[in-house]
Amino acid sequence: MSYQRVKFYQTGTFTVGNRLLDESDRTVQAGMDRTNSLNSGHRACQGCGEALGARYALDAVMRATHQQMVAVNATGCLEVFSSPYPESAWQIPWLHSLFGNAPAVASGVAAALRAKGRTDIRVIAQGGDGATVDIGFGCLSGMFERNDDVLYVCYDNEAYMNTGVQRSGSTPPRAWTNTTQAVGTDPGNPMGIGKNLPRIAMAHGIPYVATASVADLHDLEAKVTKAMSIRGARYIHIHVPCPLGWKSDPAHTIKVARLAVESGLFPLFEAEGGEVTDRTPIRKKVSVEQYLELQGRFRHLFHPRDKGALEAIQAMADANIDRYQLIPSEA
Amino acid sequence: MKQHIEGSQAVAHAVALCRPEVMACYPISPQTHIVETLSLKVKAGEIGNCQFLNVESEFGALSVLIGASAMGARTYTATTSQGLLFMAEAVYNAAGLGLPIVMTIANRAIGAPINIWNDHSDSMAMRDAGWIQLFAEDNQEAVDLHIQAFRLAEELSCPVMVCMDGYILTHAYEVVDLPTQEQVDAYLPPFEPVQVLDPQDPVSIGAMVGPEAFAEVRYLAHDKHLRALEVIPRLSQTFQDIFQRRSGGLLKTYHTDEAETILLALGSVNGTIKDAVDDLRKEGWPVGSIALRAFRPFPSHALRHVVEDAKRIIVIEKDLAVGKGGIVSSDVKMALQGLPIIVDTVIAGLGGRPIPQASVIDTVKQACLEGLEEPHFLDLNWDAINGELTRQQAQRRSGSTAENILREIGAPGASPI
Repeated sequence: MSYQRVKFYQTGTFTVGNRLLDESDRTVQAGMDRTNSLNSGHRACQGCGEALGARYALDAVMRATHQQMVAVNATGCLEVFSSPYPESAWQIPWLHSLFGNAPAVASGVAAALRAKGRTDIRVIAQGGDGATVDIGFGCLSGMFERNDDVLYVCYDNEAYMNTGVQRSGSTPPRAWTNTTQAVGTDPGNPMGIGKNLPRIAMAHGIPYVATASVADLHDLEAKVTKAMSIRGARYIHIHVPCPLGWKSDPAHTIKVARLAVESGLFPLFEAEGGEVTDRTPIRKKVSVEQYLELQGRFRHLFHPRDKGALEAIQAMADANIDRYQLIPSEA
Repeated sequence: MKQHIEGSQAVAHAVALCRPEVMACYPISPQTHIVETLSLKVKAGEIGNCQFLNVESEFGALSVLIGASAMGARTYTATTSQGLLFMAEAVYNAAGLGLPIVMTIANRAIGAPINIWNDHSDSMAMRDAGWIQLFAEDNQEAVDLHIQAFRLAEELSCPVMVCMDGYILTHAYEVVDLPTQEQVDAYLPPFEPVQVLDPQDPVSIGAMVGPEAFAEVRYLAHDKHLRALEVIPRLSQTFQDIFQRRSGGLLKTYHTDEAETILLALGSVNGTIKDAVDDLRKEGWPVGSIALRAFRPFPSHALRHVVEDAKRIIVIEKDLAVGKGGIVSSDVKMALQGLPIIVDTVIAGLGGRPIPQASVIDTVKQACLEGLEEPHFLDLNWDAINGELTRQQAQRRSGSTAENILREIGAPGASPI
């Protein structure tokens, strides 16, 4: 396993990982001699939430497994920007097969390890929301059902970004995409539909399900680390803004992600055996409008102001706050 | 050890002796008895540390094997028909990644209309995927080809399909000489992958390749098949040394010396064809036959060498390239380019339609005496076809059904056509 000395561009914030804390409390990313799953120099867009989320998630897996890990990747942005032959940004054993089969391929890796009696090497699978929520859903459900020893990480940027921003099963209501244009009487993605994959994963009764966000990388690392302490099928759903598809400022990726969490639209929680066991309380609740107005994909909700849609989205956020008891006083 | 055994069970026995480490299966007729038997063997602890995964689909099954094979495990599955088509994307992917997966195809027709009986439409649909395709003539050969397939796949790092006719072979009870573990161990060394996922030596497998290198990668896949044309006969010879019987190879000839007319086919119909050759020979017809063992890679050179003195090749094939005709005969024609040999296409046995010996004999005589239309369909019910064509014609007329009926019977006052 090769090591690359990490280049730090930021200092002292959430982003770099709490280097002011005691060493034992610091994140993987805070160490100057940390391993590097995904080298710099790959071809992700500026401000890519997925590149950030993937590097933090996989580095946490590397630390948790003492570098004894294999990663399986679905087709999508992450695969394309990291592996154009003859270059590869991956410093770990990495396998890409198809768009819809990453969970099954990872199950196969896990099965081969079982057959060979290798309990030391662990496998993780990763894909975007299109690969996870839509095309790979059957394979993912099969992997959950068999409780294969795989951590599946979904990087949710809420549309098919690799093909040029088309709607996925994870696209939020009213969002513009190239296949849900903001025109007509029902602009953007329709209201009242969609797939909540963390809850579907919970319904399989697998040992561990969590949501995470690139807005809180310390929490993301902690959840990945916890997931790696458990055997069996595990699922982590990470919210990763996409400046290109969301029409947001690349400098605002973390800010946008944080507003999604603090508005209640993307609740952060953990579940074990199908039951919610922990959640991250909202420290300072913001309105959904504060989150939506930073993104061009929701521009049509503000010019002219679509009061009905904004209220309906606010109601979704409030329902999440209620369901997961995100504000302690309202619990 | 000779045993009266069902084809599927014989194949499962052979696969088990090859010590697969991961199997992932999804049931579909007529493949089911193979995976049922293997699931029992794994659960009973008869196959070492083998992992048997029950998966949610054929696409999932082959995907599991892609992961397991890339991790260095010997892998196996079986499927057929719709199942093979459902896993099609992974079929191409496994070949592109150079993973030596072995898969049995219990050949079956593809719907619609849904039909569970034997023909070769399914594996033909995967013809260009990059898998080696071997066709078994009988259950003894199905057993032997599976053992050869693992070694072939692993020597070349290329996936191999062993095709056996659904029901005709899978469900037939025959006497089969089942190999022993010692024989198989002597023939098949442990799997040593050429590239493997290893934390001690990390590699990226399945990277994105652009126009600057893609054609080279495809050429290398082609080159692997060209090498297979040499490896297949060699492995067949080695097999004979250990198992004391001849099995496999690129093709098998029957009375082709001095034959003016040679029949050529894939799979179990070669039994019928050999009987027909015997009967025709008794009547003085100079005929012979060739059973093609390897369909991919296509043994053009070997075939040309065998048939160069013949006048006519009649390809009897259980598939149809709709809008064109024969698939196998097209390959034969290309292989024989420049030779003054007539190649006839006979489409037969689709969807499990029997191929009677008498029909084969009649077709050979007709071909030699009058020639055949291209392609020739064996034993078609022309009444049914003409009836349906007439009905379709009637439907195209404008107006209500009642109006059309009145028009057809020439009722007074009916509008003109």
